[in-house]
Amino acid sequence: MTRTRRPGISRRSTLALMGAGAMTFAAPWVARAQAKTIKVGMPTILSGRVAQLGTSSRNAVMLEVEKVNAAGGLAGRQIEMVIRDSKGQPQEAARVARELVNTDGCELLIDAEASSGAFAVHEVARDLGVFCIHTNSETSALTADPKQHIPNAFRTARQGVHDSIVGGSYAAAIAKAKGLKKWATCSPDYAYGRDTTAEFTLYLKRFAPEVEIISESWPKLFQPDYTEVVTKILQAKPQALYSCLWGGDLTSYIDQANIYAMFGQMEVFAVNMADYTALTVVKNLPKGIHSGNRYIKTFPTTPENAAWGDAYKAKFNEYPTNWSWENATAIMLMAEAAKKANSADGKKIAEALKGLTIKCPFGADGTVTMRGDDHTLVGYAIGWGTTIPQEPYVPEIKAGDWKTIFELEAEWKKSKGYA
Amino acid sequence: MDLDALAGCLSSSACLVTQTTSGLIIGMLLFLVAVGLTLIFGVLKVVNFSHGAFYMFGAYFAMTAYQLTGSFALAMLAGAAGTAILGLIFERVFMSRVYGADVLMQLLVCYAFVLIFDDVVRIIWGPEFKSMGMPSAFQVMPLFVAGGVVPPYYLLLIGIALVAAIVLGIGLSRSRIGKVIRAAAHNPGMVSALGINTGLIYGGVFALGGMLAGLAGALAAPVRSLTPGMGFSVLIESFIVTVIGGMGSILGALIGALLLGLIRSFGSLGFPLFTEGLMYLFMVIVLVSKPTGLFGKEAA
Repeated sequence: MTRTRRPGISRRSTLALMGAGAMTFAAPWVARAQAKTIKVGMPTILSGRVAQLGTSSRNAVMLEVEKVNAAGGLAGRQIEMVIRDSKGQPQEAARVARELVNTDGCELLIDAEASSGAFAVHEVARDLGVFCIHTNSETSALTADPKQHIPNAFRTARQGVHDSIVGGSYAAAIAKAKGLKKWATCSPDYAYGRDTTAEFTLYLKRFAPEVEIISESWPKLFQPDYTEVVTKILQAKPQALYSCLWGGDLTSYIDQANIYAMFGQMEVFAVNMADYTALTVVKNLPKGIHSGNRYIKTFPTTPENAAWGDAYKAKFNEYPTNWSWENATAIMLMAEAAKKANSADGKKIAEALKGLTIKCPFGADGTVTMRGDDHTLVGYAIGWGTTIPQEPYVPEIKAGDWKTIFELEAEWKKSKGYA
Repeated sequence: MDLDALAGCLSSSACLVTQTTSGLIIGMLLFLVAVGLTLIFGVLKVVNFSHGAFYMFGAYFAMTAYQLTGSFALAMLAGAAGTAILGLIFERVFMSRVYGADVLMQLLVCYAFVLIFDDVVRIIWGPEFKSMGMPSAFQVMPLFVAGGVVPPYYLLLIGIALVAAIVLGIGLSRSRIGKVIRAAAHNPGMVSALGINTGLIYGGVFALGGMLAGLAGALAAPVRSLTPGMGFSVLIESFIVTVIGGMGSILGALIGALLLGLIRSFGSLGFPLFTEGLMYLFMVIVLVSKPTGLFGKEAA
């Protein structure tokens, strides 16, 4: 069928014209309203395999922004979030971030990207000079490396090296107590898996020098089957296993290792186990897996943290993730800094944010601090514990000691040439 | 490279048993997917790039049926029957329109459905990963055979796949329907002229291929996490299997899948950083020495 086009103004273009006319007349009101609001741009991952984490970031941000707006907004200006999908691709994250600032008129950025995208958005922040908080990238170098440092960028995510220090010392104490000398590792074969495993074993061996790594496995990211990895580890007969597999990969691995009764044969340390995304999905969660805390509403064991977890669940009908608390903290810090600066201007907020300590449900002692010299979050709750198959999943978590973390972090920075 | 570990394993019966069964499990699941692929190609002469989606649907159907009924047998049945029906509809409504069309056209239709099926799963079951969980009947201690570890669930899995292989092999070579199917593969025009409904045969073969992939997905559901797009990596390995075994050959798919499984299980000991590479290397060697695959027929 061919479409015929009659001359003159069609119904469609009439409608379009009318719409445009209405917009022109309405524009002054919209503009006046906008002068009061402040747009905050947020690139994150809303599609693909880690979409669940991106969605949980958005949820947490919306939860906190609602509170800030109800309390009068950012130095009197209501926050309007502009959230865009980067599909988890670094070049797309950078493009979206640039567009949010240049086209959409966002004055502040919340960068809720994984590490790959965060470094790309960081360059955009460097170029445009826009205020930016990285909320999800845990790669230490993002803030530890002085070459990355810019005055307008901060991080409210946990940091890889902090996790490794706490995990290494926790595992070493158990290794010593139970005489676990022979260790195996099994982690996904990409930058995060390699780096995190290397840092963990570095500190494990430092605190327990008699430990020996007798077997390493590097399955592909998103590999469907781990049977050959499971049997290889069984052959090596280690006394303990470390893994930083995460999400669906971790749950597949547990299901497949379970039927080989692997968890009865060795102590398992899986840093990413204690996150609700994994805990609630695994049907036959073995007892006694050691894990770092990601987000769990029972650690820190405070009414504030439990209330926050419950409020999130009530609103979104699922538990928050590791990315949720990291994003919520960003909004809390931003609001407090704006209050202190009495301005919603990015530069003034950045100045006020340096070294700022706020009350926070995710703090180890009820507070978290944005460290002034490297712009990264410290003092957040960090610890390890063992799993049970039902709520609260990780009943007792041994908290990491921030004094030790600071000492070893300083030493690590020196060894890397960062300080 | 860790040849000592490999040699050590080959000389120990415990390790041999464990690694061989682990290779068989990987191989048998792969066989179920690959045999459907090779069957559809053999009869319909189309390369079904959307085959991985049937594996995915099989797993999701099984999970849903298991959650609703709590019965493992019904879950397997739902996985297999659901994908058979889906395969029949898919073939009759869409694929039957592109037979004889440009390969590129067939590829486009299949690829479009890879994306559509992934999104359908996302809409129905959500984007996050799921786990079906192991039925309690199989939550038992693994068996120890000559010191090696063999999980009972995997014995069942190997058994079901073996039965499927035998039934398929005998059915196609001995039964009347099998003969008609083979005839339709050779000369559809003549078969049609003899008064046999080739459309029905094509639909049936597609349904059978989809059902086998769905069964593989259902069997894998208790041990693998379920996500939209989970069929993709399985599809790639299935292609390697069919290329090694020879496109269109059922025996080839079986041998190819088992070889690939064993390469993975023993390769991970001897060449931990090159296990994936070994599979492709093996494929290259087969292709260079016998371009039609191990059991492929030379083009006339």
